[in-house]
Amino acid sequence: MPKVCCCLSSSQAIRSSLMAGKPKLYYFNGRGRMESVRWLLAAAGIEFVEEFLETREQYEKLLQDGALLFQQVPMVEIDGMKMVQTRAILGYIAAKHNLYGKNLKERALIDMYVEGTRDLMDLIRVHHKFSPEEQEKNLALINERATARYFPVYEKVLKDHGTEFLVGNQLTWADVQLIEAILMVEEKVSTILSKFPLLQDFKTRICNIPTIKKFLQPGSQRKPPPDESYVVTANRVFNRK
Amino acid sequence: MLQGTHTPGVLRKVFGGTHRNLKRGSMSGKPKLTYFNGRGRMESIRWLLAAAGVEFEEDFLETREQYLKLIQDGHLLFDQVPLVEIDGMKMVQTKAILSYIAGKHNLYGKGLKERAFIDTYVEGTTDLMQMILTLPFSPPEAKKKNLPLIIEKAKNRYFPAYEKALKQHGQGFLVGNQLSWADVHLLEAILMVEEKEPTVLSEFPLLQGFKTRISNMPTIKKFLQPGSQRKPQPDDKYVATVMKILKEG
Repeated sequence: MPKVCCCLSSSQAIRSSLMAGKPKLYYFNGRGRMESVRWLLAAAGIEFVEEFLETREQYEKLLQDGALLFQQVPMVEIDGMKMVQTRAILGYIAAKHNLYGKNLKERALIDMYVEGTRDLMDLIRVHHKFSPEEQEKNLALINERATARYFPVYEKVLKDHGTEFLVGNQLTWADVQLIEAILMVEEKVSTILSKFPLLQDFKTRICNIPTIKKFLQPGSQRKPPPDESYVVTANRVFNRK
Repeated sequence: MLQGTHTPGVLRKVFGGTHRNLKRGSMSGKPKLTYFNGRGRMESIRWLLAAAGVEFEEDFLETREQYLKLIQDGHLLFDQVPLVEIDGMKMVQTKAILSYIAGKHNLYGKGLKERAFIDTYVEGTTDLMQMILTLPFSPPEAKKKNLPLIIEKAKNRYFPAYEKALKQHGQGFLVGNQLSWADVHLLEAILMVEEKEPTVLSEFPLLQGFKTRISNMPTIKKFLQPGSQRKPQPDDKYVATVMKILKEG
Protein backbone atom coordinates (compact mmCIF):
# COMPACT_ATOMS: atom_id res chain seq x y z
CA MET A 1 0.00 0.00 0.00
CA PRO A 2 1.55 3.30 -0.97
CA LYS A 3 2.50 5.52 1.93
CA VAL A 4 -0.05 8.25 2.38
CA CYS A 5 1.62 11.43 1.33
CA CYS A 6 1.40 13.83 4.16
CA CYS A 7 3.62 16.85 4.29
CA LEU A 8 2.70 17.60 7.87
CA SER A 9 3.88 15.82 10.97
CA SER A 10 1.11 15.06 13.43
CA SER A 11 1.84 18.06 15.66
CA GLN A 12 1.98 20.29 12.62
CA ALA A 13 -1.35 18.84 11.53
CA ILE A 14 -2.88 19.74 14.87
CA ARG A 15 -1.46 23.24 14.72
CA SER A 16 -2.65 23.59 11.16
CA SER A 17 -6.16 22.54 12.09
CA LEU A 18 -6.14 25.10 14.87
CA MET A 19 -4.95 27.63 12.34
CA ALA A 20 -7.87 26.69 10.13
CA GLY A 21 -10.21 27.53 13.01
CA LYS A 22 -12.28 30.63 13.51
CA PRO A 23 -10.79 34.06 13.03
CA LYS A 24 -9.99 35.73 16.35
CA LEU A 25 -10.54 39.45 16.75
CA TYR A 26 -8.52 41.51 19.22
CA TYR A 27 -10.09 44.86 20.07
CA PHE A 28 -12.08 46.75 22.63
CA ASN A 29 -15.56 45.61 23.49
CA GLY A 30 -17.10 48.17 21.19
CA ARG A 31 -17.44 49.22 17.57
CA GLY A 32 -14.49 51.42 16.67
CA ARG A 33 -12.47 50.28 13.69
CA MET A 34 -13.26 46.62 14.24
CA GLU A 35 -16.98 46.88 13.58
CA SER A 36 -16.62 46.79 9.79
CA VAL A 37 -14.66 43.55 10.18
CA ARG A 38 -17.42 42.02 12.31
CA TRP A 39 -19.99 43.06 9.70
CA LEU A 40 -18.05 41.54 6.83
CA LEU A 41 -17.33 38.26 8.57
CA ALA A 42 -20.95 38.02 9.64
CA ALA A 43 -22.23 38.80 6.13
CA ALA A 44 -19.93 36.09 4.77
CA GLY A 45 -21.37 33.67 7.32
CA ILE A 46 -18.04 33.24 9.07
CA GLU A 47 -18.10 32.55 12.78
CA PHE A 48 -15.46 34.36 14.77
CA VAL A 49 -14.26 34.71 18.34
CA GLU A 50 -13.25 37.86 20.13
CA GLU A 51 -10.73 38.83 22.76
CA PHE A 52 -11.61 42.16 24.33
CA LEU A 53 -8.91 44.55 25.48
CA GLU A 54 -9.75 45.73 28.94
CA THR A 55 -6.44 46.43 30.63
CA ARG A 56 -3.17 48.06 29.72
CA GLU A 57 -1.41 44.82 30.66
CA GLN A 58 -3.23 42.88 27.96
CA TYR A 59 -2.18 45.46 25.38
CA GLU A 60 1.44 45.47 26.57
CA LYS A 61 1.56 41.69 26.40
CA LEU A 62 0.38 41.80 22.81
CA LEU A 63 3.13 44.33 22.09
CA GLN A 64 5.79 42.29 23.83
CA ASP A 65 4.74 39.13 22.01
CA GLY A 66 5.23 40.99 18.74
CA ALA A 67 1.63 40.41 17.79
CA LEU A 68 0.94 43.96 16.63
CA LEU A 69 2.96 44.93 13.58
CA PHE A 70 2.47 48.66 14.08
CA GLN A 71 1.64 48.50 17.79
CA GLN A 72 -2.01 48.96 16.97
CA VAL A 73 -5.34 47.20 17.03
CA PRO A 74 -7.51 45.98 15.29
CA MET A 75 -5.66 42.72 15.02
CA VAL A 76 -7.23 39.61 13.54
CA GLU A 77 -5.70 36.16 13.72
CA ILE A 78 -6.83 34.51 10.53
CA ASP A 79 -5.40 31.67 8.44
CA GLY A 80 -2.14 31.64 10.37
CA MET A 81 -1.60 35.38 10.04
CA LYS A 82 -1.82 38.08 12.67
CA MET A 83 -3.34 40.74 10.45
CA VAL A 84 -3.43 44.40 11.33
CA GLN A 85 -4.70 47.47 9.46
CA THR A 86 -8.43 47.42 9.03
CA ARG A 87 -8.47 47.90 5.29
CA ALA A 88 -6.02 45.07 4.74
CA ILE A 89 -8.07 42.76 6.93
CA LEU A 90 -11.30 43.66 5.13
CA GLY A 91 -9.69 43.22 1.70
CA TYR A 92 -8.47 39.75 2.66
CA ILE A 93 -11.84 38.64 4.00
CA ALA A 94 -13.65 40.07 0.98
CA ALA A 95 -11.38 38.33 -1.51
CA LYS A 96 -11.41 35.05 0.38
CA HIS A 97 -15.18 34.92 0.61
CA ASN A 98 -16.11 36.02 -2.88
CA LEU A 99 -17.20 39.50 -1.86
CA TYR A 100 -14.68 41.42 -3.99
CA GLY A 101 -16.23 41.22 -7.44
CA LYS A 102 -15.16 39.21 -10.43
CA ASN A 103 -12.37 41.19 -12.03
CA LEU A 104 -10.13 44.23 -11.76
CA LYS A 105 -12.79 46.74 -12.78
CA GLU A 106 -15.38 45.42 -10.34
CA ARG A 107 -12.70 45.56 -7.66
CA ALA A 108 -12.00 49.16 -8.64
CA LEU A 109 -15.65 50.10 -8.21
CA ILE A 110 -15.87 48.26 -4.91
CA ASP A 111 -12.71 49.97 -3.69
CA MET A 112 -14.06 53.40 -4.59
CA TYR A 113 -17.39 52.77 -2.93
CA VAL A 114 -15.93 51.39 0.28
CA GLU A 115 -13.54 54.31 0.55
CA GLY A 116 -16.53 56.65 0.36
CA THR A 117 -18.52 54.84 3.04
CA ARG A 118 -15.40 54.57 5.13
CA ASP A 119 -14.90 58.35 4.98
CA LEU A 120 -18.51 58.84 6.08
CA MET A 121 -18.27 56.33 8.92
CA ASP A 122 -15.03 57.90 10.13
CA LEU A 123 -16.97 61.07 10.92
CA ILE A 124 -19.24 59.04 13.16
CA ARG A 125 -16.57 56.81 14.61
CA VAL A 126 -14.93 59.73 16.39
CA HIS A 127 -18.13 61.56 17.29
CA HIS A 128 -18.23 60.41 20.90
CA LYS A 129 -14.77 61.83 21.57
CA PHE A 130 -15.94 65.39 21.04
CA SER A 131 -17.28 67.93 23.52
CA PRO A 132 -21.02 68.66 23.34
CA GLU A 133 -20.47 71.83 21.26
CA GLU A 134 -18.15 69.99 18.88
CA GLN A 135 -20.64 67.16 18.65
CA GLU A 136 -23.31 69.57 17.50
CA LYS A 137 -21.05 70.78 14.70
CA ASN A 138 -20.03 67.26 13.81
CA LEU A 139 -23.63 66.15 13.64
CA ALA A 140 -24.34 68.91 11.13
CA LEU A 141 -21.31 67.80 9.12
CA ILE A 142 -22.42 64.16 9.17
CA ASN A 143 -25.86 65.19 8.00
CA GLU A 144 -24.46 67.38 5.25
CA ARG A 145 -21.96 64.83 3.99
CA ALA A 146 -24.44 61.99 4.04
CA THR A 147 -27.18 63.87 2.22
CA ALA A 148 -25.10 65.98 -0.15
CA ARG A 149 -22.00 63.93 -0.91
CA TYR A 150 -22.32 60.23 -0.20
CA PHE A 151 -25.89 59.00 -0.28
CA PRO A 152 -26.73 60.74 -3.58
CA VAL A 153 -23.86 58.81 -5.14
CA TYR A 154 -25.02 55.44 -3.91
CA GLU A 155 -28.62 56.24 -4.79
CA LYS A 156 -27.48 56.95 -8.36
CA VAL A 157 -25.30 53.86 -8.52
CA LEU A 158 -28.30 51.73 -7.63
CA LYS A 159 -30.41 53.59 -10.16
CA ASP A 160 -27.89 53.35 -13.01
CA HIS A 161 -26.66 49.90 -12.23
CA GLY A 162 -30.11 48.43 -12.14
CA THR A 163 -29.40 45.34 -10.07
CA GLU A 164 -30.02 44.81 -6.39
CA PHE A 165 -26.39 45.43 -5.58
CA LEU A 166 -23.86 48.19 -6.01
CA VAL A 167 -21.49 46.14 -8.15
CA GLY A 168 -22.09 43.11 -10.31
CA ASN A 169 -25.08 40.98 -9.54
CA GLN A 170 -24.25 39.60 -6.15
CA LEU A 171 -23.49 40.86 -2.68
CA THR A 172 -20.06 42.44 -2.28
CA TRP A 173 -18.04 44.19 0.39
CA ALA A 174 -19.38 47.48 -1.00
CA ASP A 175 -22.97 46.53 -0.14
CA VAL A 176 -22.08 45.35 3.34
CA GLN A 177 -20.16 48.50 4.13
CA LEU A 178 -22.97 50.66 2.74
CA ILE A 179 -25.61 49.03 4.91
CA GLU A 180 -23.35 49.45 7.91
CA ALA A 181 -22.93 53.14 7.07
CA ILE A 182 -26.65 53.69 6.53
CA LEU A 183 -27.58 52.18 9.89
CA MET A 184 -24.81 54.12 11.60
CA VAL A 185 -25.98 57.44 10.18
CA GLU A 186 -29.61 56.62 10.95
CA GLU A 187 -28.67 56.22 14.60
CA LYS A 188 -27.63 59.86 14.51
CA VAL A 189 -30.19 61.24 12.05
CA SER A 190 -33.17 58.92 11.87
CA THR A 191 -34.68 60.50 8.74
CA ILE A 192 -31.48 60.51 6.73
CA LEU A 193 -32.85 58.27 3.98
CA SER A 194 -36.04 60.25 3.47
CA LYS A 195 -34.92 61.55 0.06
CA PHE A 196 -33.33 58.29 -1.09
CA PRO A 197 -36.01 55.77 -2.04
CA LEU A 198 -33.61 53.33 -3.68
CA LEU A 199 -31.40 53.31 -0.61
CA GLN A 200 -34.48 52.61 1.50
CA ASP A 201 -35.23 49.58 -0.66
CA PHE A 202 -31.58 48.57 -0.57
CA LYS A 203 -31.61 48.77 3.20
CA THR A 204 -34.68 46.56 3.47
CA ARG A 205 -33.35 44.03 0.99
CA ILE A 206 -29.85 43.75 2.41
CA CYS A 207 -31.07 43.58 5.99
CA ASN A 208 -33.14 40.58 5.00
CA ILE A 209 -30.24 38.57 3.68
CA PRO A 210 -30.07 35.64 6.14
CA THR A 211 -26.52 36.17 7.41
CA ILE A 212 -27.07 39.90 7.82
CA LYS A 213 -30.50 39.47 9.36
CA LYS A 214 -28.89 37.20 11.93
CA PHE A 215 -26.19 39.75 12.68
CA LEU A 216 -28.84 42.41 13.24
CA GLN A 217 -30.63 40.38 15.86
CA PRO A 218 -30.03 40.82 19.59
CA GLY A 219 -27.39 38.48 20.92
CA SER A 220 -25.16 38.74 17.85
CA GLN A 221 -21.61 40.03 18.00
CA ARG A 222 -22.66 43.39 16.64
CA LYS A 223 -21.65 46.10 19.08
CA PRO A 224 -23.74 49.04 20.34
CA PRO A 225 -22.75 52.68 19.73
CA PRO A 226 -19.89 53.85 21.96
CA ASP A 227 -20.72 55.02 25.46
CA GLU A 228 -18.75 56.59 28.29
CA SER A 229 -17.30 53.33 29.58
CA TYR A 230 -15.96 52.52 26.10
CA VAL A 231 -14.08 55.80 26.02
CA VAL A 232 -12.71 55.24 29.52
CA THR A 233 -11.47 51.74 28.66
CA ALA A 234 -9.77 52.83 25.45
CA ASN A 235 -8.02 55.69 27.23
CA ARG A 236 -6.83 53.40 29.99
CA VAL A 237 -5.49 50.76 27.62
CA PHE A 238 -3.63 53.35 25.56
CA ASN A 239 -2.50 55.41 28.56
CA ARG A 240 -4.30 58.47 27.29
CA LYS A 241 -5.57 61.33 29.42
CA MET B 1 -25.22 48.78 -19.91
CA LEU B 2 -24.24 52.45 -19.87
CA GLN B 3 -26.97 54.95 -19.20
CA GLY B 4 -28.08 57.31 -21.95
CA THR B 5 -26.42 60.65 -22.32
CA HIS B 6 -29.31 62.64 -20.90
CA THR B 7 -29.24 61.87 -17.21
CA PRO B 8 -25.87 62.38 -15.54
CA GLY B 9 -25.56 58.92 -14.06
CA VAL B 10 -22.96 57.88 -11.60
CA LEU B 11 -21.65 55.22 -13.95
CA ARG B 12 -21.10 57.99 -16.43
CA LYS B 13 -19.10 59.77 -13.74
CA VAL B 14 -16.96 56.68 -13.49
CA PHE B 15 -17.00 55.21 -16.99
CA GLY B 16 -17.42 58.32 -19.14
CA GLY B 17 -19.18 57.24 -22.27
CA THR B 18 -20.39 60.49 -23.75
CA HIS B 19 -18.66 62.49 -26.39
CA ARG B 20 -18.14 65.34 -23.94
CA ASN B 21 -16.50 63.06 -21.42
CA LEU B 22 -14.31 61.34 -23.96
CA LYS B 23 -13.03 64.71 -25.09
CA ARG B 24 -11.97 65.38 -21.51
CA GLY B 25 -10.09 62.14 -21.22
CA SER B 26 -6.63 61.53 -22.56
CA MET B 27 -6.44 61.19 -26.32
CA SER B 28 -3.19 59.30 -26.07
CA GLY B 29 -4.57 56.48 -23.95
CA LYS B 30 -2.21 57.37 -21.14
CA PRO B 31 -3.65 57.72 -17.66
CA LYS B 32 -4.51 61.33 -16.91
CA LEU B 33 -4.05 62.70 -13.43
CA THR B 34 -6.02 65.70 -12.21
CA TYR B 35 -4.70 67.33 -9.04
CA PHE B 36 -2.86 70.32 -7.69
CA ASN B 37 0.65 70.91 -8.95
CA GLY B 38 2.27 69.30 -5.94
CA ARG B 39 2.59 66.07 -4.01
CA GLY B 40 -0.42 65.69 -1.75
CA ARG B 41 -2.38 62.49 -2.16
CA MET B 42 -1.51 62.14 -5.82
CA GLU B 43 2.22 61.64 -5.29
CA SER B 44 1.93 57.94 -4.41
CA ILE B 45 0.06 57.44 -7.67
CA ARG B 46 2.80 59.19 -9.64
CA TRP B 47 5.35 56.95 -7.92
CA LEU B 48 3.47 53.76 -8.68
CA LEU B 49 2.82 54.58 -12.33
CA ALA B 50 6.45 55.59 -12.75
CA ALA B 51 7.68 52.41 -11.07
CA ALA B 52 5.45 50.39 -13.38
CA GLY B 53 6.96 52.22 -16.36
CA VAL B 54 3.60 53.72 -17.30
CA GLU B 55 3.66 57.17 -18.88
CA PHE B 56 0.98 59.55 -17.69
CA GLU B 57 -0.37 63.04 -18.30
CA GLU B 58 -1.29 65.64 -15.75
CA ASP B 59 -3.92 68.35 -15.56
CA PHE B 60 -3.15 70.79 -12.74
CA LEU B 61 -5.86 72.48 -10.71
CA GLU B 62 -4.99 76.13 -10.41
CA THR B 63 -8.29 77.86 -9.80
CA ARG B 64 -11.45 77.21 -7.84
CA GLU B 65 -13.39 77.60 -11.07
CA GLN B 66 -11.61 74.61 -12.60
CA TYR B 67 -12.48 72.55 -9.55
CA LEU B 68 -16.11 73.61 -9.50
CA LYS B 69 -16.40 72.85 -13.20
CA LEU B 70 -15.09 69.34 -12.62
CA ILE B 71 -17.81 68.87 -10.03
CA GLN B 72 -20.54 70.40 -12.20
CA ASP B 73 -19.57 68.23 -15.13
CA GLY B 74 -19.92 65.19 -12.92
CA HIS B 75 -16.31 64.04 -13.11
CA LEU B 76 -15.71 63.64 -9.38
CA LEU B 77 -17.64 60.82 -7.76
CA PHE B 78 -17.37 62.28 -4.26
CA ASP B 79 -16.51 65.84 -5.32
CA GLN B 80 -12.87 65.19 -4.49
CA VAL B 81 -9.50 64.85 -6.15
CA PRO B 82 -7.27 62.93 -6.84
CA LEU B 83 -8.95 61.99 -10.08
CA VAL B 84 -7.28 59.55 -12.45
CA GLU B 85 -8.78 58.82 -15.82
CA ILE B 86 -7.58 55.37 -16.72
CA ASP B 87 -8.90 52.58 -18.94
CA GLY B 88 -12.17 54.39 -19.57
CA MET B 89 -12.80 55.00 -15.86
CA LYS B 90 -12.77 58.21 -13.88
CA MET B 91 -11.26 56.84 -10.70
CA VAL B 92 -11.24 58.65 -7.40
CA GLN B 93 -10.09 57.63 -3.90
CA THR B 94 -6.36 57.25 -3.76
CA LYS B 95 -6.34 53.73 -2.32
CA ALA B 96 -8.72 52.47 -5.01
CA ILE B 97 -6.59 54.02 -7.75
CA LEU B 98 -3.36 52.59 -6.36
CA SER B 99 -4.89 49.12 -5.99
CA TYR B 100 -6.09 49.18 -9.57
CA ILE B 101 -2.69 50.20 -10.92
CA ALA B 102 -0.94 47.62 -8.76
CA GLY B 103 -3.33 44.89 -9.84
CA LYS B 104 -3.02 45.79 -13.48
CA HIS B 105 0.76 46.02 -13.55
CA ASN B 106 1.73 42.94 -11.60
CA LEU B 107 2.69 44.86 -8.47
CA TYR B 108 0.16 43.23 -6.16
CA GLY B 109 1.85 39.93 -5.40
CA LYS B 110 0.79 36.45 -6.29
CA GLY B 111 -2.20 35.22 -4.40
CA LEU B 112 -4.38 36.28 -1.52
CA LYS B 113 -1.77 36.13 1.20
CA GLU B 114 0.81 38.20 -0.66
CA ARG B 115 -1.93 40.76 -1.32
CA ALA B 116 -2.75 40.76 2.38
CA PHE B 117 0.86 41.49 3.28
CA ILE B 118 1.12 44.21 0.66
CA ASP B 119 -2.13 45.80 1.84
CA THR B 120 -0.91 45.77 5.43
CA TYR B 121 2.44 47.29 4.57
CA VAL B 122 0.99 50.06 2.41
CA GLU B 123 -1.48 50.95 5.13
CA GLY B 124 1.45 51.50 7.48
CA THR B 125 3.38 53.66 5.03
CA THR B 126 0.16 55.53 4.23
CA ASP B 127 -0.34 56.34 7.91
CA LEU B 128 3.24 57.60 8.12
CA MET B 129 3.12 59.66 4.93
CA GLN B 130 -0.30 61.03 5.81
CA MET B 131 1.22 62.67 8.89
CA ILE B 132 3.75 64.44 6.71
CA LEU B 133 1.40 65.46 3.95
CA THR B 134 -1.03 67.13 6.34
CA LEU B 135 1.74 68.94 8.21
CA PRO B 136 1.92 72.02 5.93
CA PHE B 137 -1.80 72.58 6.47
CA SER B 138 -1.61 72.76 10.24
CA PRO B 139 -1.01 75.95 12.23
CA PRO B 140 2.65 76.87 12.96
CA GLU B 141 2.62 75.76 16.63
CA ALA B 142 1.14 72.41 15.68
CA LYS B 143 3.78 72.00 12.96
CA LYS B 144 6.60 72.52 15.46
CA LYS B 145 5.07 70.05 17.85
CA ASN B 146 4.11 67.42 15.32
CA LEU B 147 7.28 67.10 13.30
CA PRO B 148 9.31 65.52 16.15
CA LEU B 149 6.36 63.19 16.86
CA ILE B 150 6.35 62.07 13.25
CA ILE B 151 10.09 61.36 13.32
CA GLU B 152 9.61 59.47 16.56
CA LYS B 153 6.86 57.34 15.04
CA ALA B 154 9.01 56.67 11.99
CA LYS B 155 11.91 55.51 14.17
CA ASN B 156 9.95 53.60 16.82
CA ARG B 157 6.89 52.27 15.08
CA TYR B 158 7.16 52.09 11.32
CA PHE B 159 10.77 51.64 10.29
CA PRO B 160 11.39 48.90 12.88
CA ALA B 161 8.42 47.00 11.45
CA TYR B 162 9.77 47.19 7.89
CA GLU B 163 13.34 46.45 8.97
CA LYS B 164 12.05 43.33 10.68
CA ALA B 165 9.90 42.41 7.68
CA LEU B 166 12.93 42.59 5.39
CA LYS B 167 15.00 40.58 7.84
CA GLN B 168 12.41 37.84 8.23
CA HIS B 169 11.55 37.67 4.57
CA GLY B 170 15.18 37.50 3.55
CA GLN B 171 14.68 38.72 0.01
CA GLY B 172 15.37 42.03 -1.63
CA PHE B 173 11.69 42.88 -1.48
CA LEU B 174 9.06 43.14 1.22
CA VAL B 175 6.76 40.53 -0.30
CA GLY B 176 7.45 37.67 -2.66
CA ASN B 177 10.52 37.85 -4.82
CA GLN B 178 9.77 40.79 -7.05
CA LEU B 179 8.98 44.47 -6.74
CA SER B 180 5.50 45.20 -5.44
CA TRP B 181 3.41 48.22 -4.52
CA ALA B 182 4.61 47.78 -0.94
CA ASP B 183 8.24 48.36 -1.92
CA VAL B 184 7.47 51.44 -4.00
CA HIS B 185 5.37 52.92 -1.21
CA LEU B 186 8.05 52.22 1.38
CA LEU B 187 10.75 53.89 -0.69
CA GLU B 188 8.52 56.91 -1.13
CA ALA B 189 7.97 57.04 2.64
CA ILE B 190 11.66 56.66 3.43
CA LEU B 191 12.64 59.52 1.14
CA MET B 192 9.84 61.68 2.50
CA VAL B 193 10.94 61.20 6.10
CA GLU B 194 14.61 61.67 5.18
CA GLU B 195 13.76 65.06 3.75
CA LYS B 196 12.69 66.02 7.27
CA GLU B 197 15.38 64.08 9.15
CA PRO B 198 18.31 62.95 7.00
CA THR B 199 19.73 60.49 9.56
CA VAL B 200 16.46 58.69 10.21
CA LEU B 201 17.71 55.40 8.72
CA SER B 202 20.90 55.34 10.78
CA GLU B 203 19.76 52.37 12.86
CA PHE B 204 18.15 50.44 10.04
CA PRO B 205 20.83 48.81 7.90
CA LEU B 206 18.43 46.66 5.92
CA LEU B 207 16.30 49.66 5.06
CA GLN B 208 19.44 51.49 3.92
CA GLY B 209 20.25 48.61 1.61
CA PHE B 210 16.65 48.48 0.47
CA LYS B 211 16.65 52.18 -0.30
CA THR B 212 19.77 51.90 -2.44
CA ARG B 213 18.57 48.83 -4.29
CA ILE B 214 15.06 50.03 -5.06
CA SER B 215 16.26 53.52 -6.00
CA ASN B 216 18.51 51.91 -8.59
CA MET B 217 15.77 50.02 -10.36
CA PRO B 218 15.63 51.62 -13.82
CA THR B 219 12.07 52.98 -13.78
CA ILE B 220 12.48 54.32 -10.27
CA LYS B 221 15.93 55.74 -10.94
CA LYS B 222 14.41 57.63 -13.85
CA PHE B 223 11.61 59.00 -11.67
CA LEU B 224 14.18 60.21 -9.14
CA GLN B 225 16.04 62.25 -11.71
CA PRO B 226 15.42 65.95 -12.28
CA GLY B 227 12.86 66.64 -14.98
CA SER B 228 10.61 63.74 -14.00
CA GLN B 229 7.02 64.19 -12.91
CA ARG B 230 7.97 63.76 -9.28
CA LYS B 231 6.88 66.82 -7.35
CA PRO B 232 8.93 68.86 -4.87
CA GLN B 233 8.05 69.33 -1.22
CA PRO B 234 5.06 71.58 -0.62
CA ASP B 235 5.80 75.27 -0.13
CA ASP B 236 3.64 78.15 1.10
CA LYS B 237 2.44 78.88 -2.41
CA TYR B 238 1.21 75.30 -2.81
CA VAL B 239 -0.61 75.41 0.50
CA ALA B 240 -2.24 78.71 -0.39
CA THR B 241 -3.35 77.38 -3.79
CA VAL B 242 -4.93 74.26 -2.29
CA MET B 243 -6.75 76.21 0.41
CA LYS B 244 -8.04 78.71 -2.13
CA ILE B 245 -9.29 76.02 -4.49
CA LEU B 246 -10.95 73.95 -1.78
CA LYS B 247 -12.05 77.08 0.12
CA GLU B 248 -10.86 75.67 3.41
CA GLY B 249 -9.55 77.48 6.47
